[in-house]
Amino acid sequence: MKLHVDWTACDGRGVCTELLEEMLVEDDWGFPVARDGQRSPAVPPPLEGAAKQAVDRCPMLALKLIAR
Amino acid sequence: MSDALWYFARGSGVISLVLLTVVVALGIGSRSGKPAFGLPRFAVSLLHRNAALLSVVFVAGHVISLLFDPYAQLRLFDVVLPFVGNYRPVWQGFGTLAFDLLVAIVVTSLLRHRLGARTWRVVHWLAYLCWPVALMHGLGTGSDNGTWWLWTISIACAVAVVAAIGWRLSTGFSRFPARAERQVAPRLRKELEEVR
Amino acid sequence: MTSVAEAAVGRVERRLLDGELGLDAHLARHGRLPLLDGSQIIGMARDSGLTGRGGAGFPVWRKLSAVAEAGDGSAVVVANGAEGEPASGKDRALLAYQPNLVLDGLQLVAAATKARAAHLYAPKAALAPLRALLEARRVAGLDRMSVTLQAAPDAFVSGEESAVVSALNGRGAVPADKRIRVIQAGVGGSPTLVQNVETLAHLALIARYGAGWFLSAGTADEPGTFLATISGAVRRPGVVEAGYGVPLGELIAAVGGATMRLQAVLIGGYHGGWVPADPALPVSRQALEPYGASPGAGVLVALPAGACGLGETARIAGYLADQVAGQCGPCINGLPRMAATLADLAARRPRAGLAAEAERLARLVSGRGACHHPDGTARLVLSAMRMFQADVAAHLNGRCLATEGYR
Ligand SMILES: Cc1cc2nc3c(=O)[nH]c(=O)nc-3n(C[C@H](O)[C@H](O)[C@H](O)COP(=O)(O)O)c2cc1C
Ligand code: SF4
Ligand code: SF4
Repeated sequence: MKLHVDWTACDGRGVCTELLEEMLVEDDWGFPVARDGQRSPAVPPPLEGAAKQAVDRCPMLALKLIAR
Repeated sequence: MSDALWYFARGSGVISLVLLTVVVALGIGSRSGKPAFGLPRFAVSLLHRNAALLSVVFVAGHVISLLFDPYAQLRLFDVVLPFVGNYRPVWQGFGTLAFDLLVAIVVTSLLRHRLGARTWRVVHWLAYLCWPVALMHGLGTGSDNGTWWLWTISIACAVAVVAAIGWRLSTGFSRFPARAERQVAPRLRKELEEVR
Repeated sequence: MTSVAEAAVGRVERRLLDGELGLDAHLARHGRLPLLDGSQIIGMARDSGLTGRGGAGFPVWRKLSAVAEAGDGSAVVVANGAEGEPASGKDRALLAYQPNLVLDGLQLVAAATKARAAHLYAPKAALAPLRALLEARRVAGLDRMSVTLQAAPDAFVSGEESAVVSALNGRGAVPADKRIRVIQAGVGGSPTLVQNVETLAHLALIARYGAGWFLSAGTADEPGTFLATISGAVRRPGVVEAGYGVPLGELIAAVGGATMRLQAVLIGGYHGGWVPADPALPVSRQALEPYGASPGAGVLVALPAGACGLGETARIAGYLADQVAGQCGPCINGLPRMAATLADLAARRPRAGLAAEAERLARLVSGRGACHHPDGTARLVLSAMRMFQADVAAHLNGRCLATEGYR
């Protein structure tokens, strides 16, 4: 499972960077950056629950979990 | 029995107002990107949602109890259609209006992953109408209007929301004030032209 | 570095841009398109190894078969001649001199994908003369599918695939999120094939002369010719055609040679990379990869020894930062900051960590936008930092190697 960010929607509200601290950090402007440097970072199994919560809680609906 | 209903209706109404105030303040706070009220951001967001759902429960209790209340003479369509009631129609109408708006906001929020962000956000802006209408309804309709404690609660709620809005509009609101605003470049927005 | 003997099969030759102007000349020279069915066209595209000429170099047959399959009769095909890149002129040249090849190619991909609509999307000035041509082709019974001409706005990102689709959907030439690709749902929600106009012109020739003929140019891995737009310190800036693998020196010679000694060449356009001005360097994906560059859409800019590579890169980065679509946070914040950092470096306003900051920002924005605009801009900046390493060191000490004549 991978985390996809729709950059046309993300407003850098930082909900995801907080819920997925192990995966994401904030950049200079508060937008999420994948720690692994990937465009769509892989979600490790222990974080799947948190990732689902981030998808649900993102205020801009900018996050999606994708199979690829 | 009807006395109990009346007290319940009043109590649940007041609690609803307080909860809605909390919901609005947290909603505004969740836009900041800063941990608001000493809570982490996702907690603000979760609390916003849960307080909203709880307020729906109390509003539902408020409405249902009034449906059975002989004094209020609330009819089923008064719950949906504002300003046609028998008992203080204008003030009761505010309540109906606030209720309709609340239902719209909550239902679209629960379905927002299906509706898409734009529809959801447009409806969500109605919260800024819903909350003051609910406040006026409380001040105008209740048999408690004019009592010092209702005025105190209402004023406290108003202060909370006004303060939250003031914070929202202040420069210190965003964690990243230097951030450029996302806005589609006008040069790309040009109307597409078919060459004939 | 790749030796000349190994590569450099490509040479300057004219295929696309050859021949007289006009429909009659086109038909006299190439004849009508042979009647081919969908699988023949896709097979031909596969056998020829034809790749996209709009920059990404994706195999054409894969996109064709994906859209044919997903479309099931509802697909839409688009010839992309937007050419938002300021240093590129080859698509405009093609539409001006051999538009019939592009229109033939558009008919071929429409047939291959069983499309329900076909569009040609290009700057208005390029489209206006094509109206009469489309009518003449209709009268001659050349086009089975009618083509609409759609004017592209003048902007760098207006030719990006999803921006093309968005423009055709009436929402402005704004790139979109790529979770759902345009080959799945594009114009009007239908599977959509967006193909560069040059790609289509190549296909029109392959349909007539065969995959084997196409393979006779270029290298084994990268067959065929490409149109190159060459500008900068050259005698006759313009468009030439050559097989992939052509030595850089031959391309420069084809535009009259350099006007001054060259220090570097920008290959792949504003989203490309700087390479040394080595005349033997083959222009192919494989040979340019070590420099983080690729032929891209065939854009070359020759930088003379007396010019400052950092200054030129800062100018381009500033232009690219100005051209962001404005949607994506990392792009709209990161590109202007990156451009400003580079401008400081170019103008010799050194501060601690300036060079490292430019590289950090380039890595930070890469891959973090709806389109590849941040990635391309970062590629340019990183390649400049590598190529002009000595200049960076000099600038940090308040000197400039190029303009002070140290070269
Ligand atoms: C910022 C940006 C601008 C682009 N501009 C163009 C363009 O002007 N013309 C073009 O053909 N492709 C352009 N592309 C590439 C297209 O997205 C797409 O890959 C191409 O049109 C596909 O055709 P091809 O496979 O025949 O190359 C651009 C890409 C990006 C990221
Ligand atoms: S929660 Fe959503 S809007 Fe906020 S930073 Fe993450 S993706 Fe962006
Ligand atoms: S990445 Fe930049 S240019 Fe591309 S869509 Fe986003 S803001 Fe626009």
